[in-house]
Amino acid sequence: MLLLTDIQKAYSEPDGTRLPILQIAQFHVDRGEQMLLVGRSGSGKTTLLHVIAGISKPDSGIVKIAGRDITQLSEAVRDRFRADKMGYVFQTFNLLPAFSALENVLLGMAFTRNAADVDRARDLLKRVGLEHRLSHRPAALSVGEQQRVAVARALANKPQLLLADEPTANVDAGHQQQIVDLIRETCREEDVALVMVTHTAEIRSQFDRVDELSDINQVDH
Amino acid sequence: MSLWKIAWRSIQQRSLSSFLTGLSIALGTALVIIVLVVYGVVAQSFREAAQGYHLILGAKGGKLQLTLNTVFHLSQPIENVPYSFFKEFTEYKDANGKPTRGKYASAVEVAVPYCLGDSYQEFRVVGTTPDLFDKLSYGSFADGRPKFYEFSSGKNFTVDDFRGAVIGAVAAKKTGLKVGDRFPITHGLAEDEDAHVHEEDAFHVVGILDPTGTPNDRAVFVNMEGFYLIADHAKPVELEPKSAEQQEYKEQLVRLQAVDAMIERLLANGKLEPGEADEVKKVESLLKEMRDTFDAKTSDDQYQATAGTTLDPGKQDAEGKIVPLPENQREVTAVLLLLKNDVFSQILHNKVNEGSVAQAVYPSREVAQLFEGVVGHVQTILLVLAILVVVVAGVGVMVSMYNSMSDRHREIGIMRALGAGRVTVMTIVLLEAILLAVIGGAVGVILGHSAIGAFASVIADNTGVMIHFLEPAPAADFGGWRVSPELVLIPALILLAILVGFLPALVAYRTDVSRALSQSP
Repeated sequence: MLLLTDIQKAYSEPDGTRLPILQIAQFHVDRGEQMLLVGRSGSGKTTLLHVIAGISKPDSGIVKIAGRDITQLSEAVRDRFRADKMGYVFQTFNLLPAFSALENVLLGMAFTRNAADVDRARDLLKRVGLEHRLSHRPAALSVGEQQRVAVARALANKPQLLLADEPTANVDAGHQQQIVDLIRETCREEDVALVMVTHTAEIRSQFDRVDELSDINQVDH
Repeated sequence: MSLWKIAWRSIQQRSLSSFLTGLSIALGTALVIIVLVVYGVVAQSFREAAQGYHLILGAKGGKLQLTLNTVFHLSQPIENVPYSFFKEFTEYKDANGKPTRGKYASAVEVAVPYCLGDSYQEFRVVGTTPDLFDKLSYGSFADGRPKFYEFSSGKNFTVDDFRGAVIGAVAAKKTGLKVGDRFPITHGLAEDEDAHVHEEDAFHVVGILDPTGTPNDRAVFVNMEGFYLIADHAKPVELEPKSAEQQEYKEQLVRLQAVDAMIERLLANGKLEPGEADEVKKVESLLKEMRDTFDAKTSDDQYQATAGTTLDPGKQDAEGKIVPLPENQREVTAVLLLLKNDVFSQILHNKVNEGSVAQAVYPSREVAQLFEGVVGHVQTILLVLAILVVVVAGVGVMVSMYNSMSDRHREIGIMRALGAGRVTVMTIVLLEAILLAVIGGAVGVILGHSAIGAFASVIADNTGVMIHFLEPAPAADFGGWRVSPELVLIPALILLAILVGFLPALVAYRTDVSRALSQSP
């Protein structure tokens, strides 16, 4: 499903020197597999997710998703590919404040070739327990509810791969487990591969596969 | 979810700044609408005021002045032309009652005389004939049919009703005159210092005109026969000797006048000796006596020769009819000529202008030149200013959106992460600008027309021009297409929106997604 090969990524410092962030020989995730990627803050977790999502292009290497090397795609095709094949759950939810819960989910469908499926958006919100909050804007939702909307939005286009970037970081302890359970359950139901990134080790026991970023990333942070 | 809806939600998110920028576009658009409609309608109505006849004849002088005081009831009237000149364009009965055709009458459908120089309150009085309202039209409908004068109350005055008057719609409203009222007119125009009222020569209102949207709404029309009979309106007659005795008197008078002039010269130069002054007084006394005798003799005869009656004009004759002013004491200020065929207008125009008595002008041409030369420039300046207001409002939209872009990096980053391409986010920002411009423009059109509707009665009262709430700006030529400028306004606003939205859209296009997503919310 996902295969990274010989990935190198560095940022340029203001003085022109190159600061290596990622150097990964190989990393793969199978179809429907759920794995947890653990790493310290600043270890390059978010950069890795951006590289996988095609938001950021690696300096070298191959990023194959569903058999296609997205580094070889033009930016426009890569954007469309991301909309069609991937879902993204952000640490800070990133719901758009002017949109209702339902519209935020529909926004996830707005950039694909397919017509917006309102029934699926409603169904997803029902599955995350928000059928009574469809028309509420993010400001009117609790933090936990906002993240549940974000999960529903990430799954709106029936992706094959869901990337979750510390989805519980801004959620209170009481709701963290609910969010993790929700993501895992819905991914299982939709047969979606999951790459969840975290800097805490509390939920590692729940995943069959847990990778330390420091083990796969040869750059020493 | 369509990109339009995404753009609309984005506008809602910044509701206050969106409202203010939309309002500035609305106000600018309203200003453009007001300028377009008011000036368009005024220009159209003024052009219509000069329609319905081919030529205006009047004393030689400024063409524009003749047009102004005939069509628009403005400016000082030029000199008058003899009544005999007017008759050349009409069919009339000669001194023996025999029907006679004027020199140019065969080419003329109707000739309407205008006698000007008097006023009632602030409104000009026009002495004319009933033909003005019975046979002439003003302007035309969209399908080309001519508009004829109609009366909101009463009817036209008749030839025999010497004191009959018809009042224009605005003049009637402002003066309060209604059918049956009597009113005296002022000899001279309202602005003249020596204007005075002829209380004894009152007219009575027989009709009130429906609004025409032309300057005639602001005028008072009276029967020319009654106008002539007002004191001081009769032309002083140049008396000619009719007998050998008068001829002798006249010759003596001429000689005495020469002596008188010579004495004046000598007195002025101080060349008279003492004692000679008494002789001078005797000569002057004799001179006056001779002149009075001559005047008395000749005037009596003159009346008998021309009017064929000894009765005074304005008094009733044996049959009870009012005696009109003799023709040799009549003049007209202008003549409106409706010709039987357009071809005659050029011929008559040339004929009249070649003569020494009068000039002929094409009113439509003069009005067009007036608009192109003066009013058109004012309209252009106002229009340019109004468009500048819209452009400034458009720049306001650009500044507002550009400033908001720094707050929107994250929002754009989220949409990009969800799969929106650069062109898509750029399009969304452009759609926002277009929505603001179109909504602001639409509100502006409504505001502009509402303002016009609110002030329509004030405009009508002061100018006579009727403008309706929904009346669009008259059609103008746009590259061969004749459409109302209002229909061009919305596409122009969309173009403006694309121009002003381009810079913020470019910022959206260039947004670095990774960096935008790493910003704190």
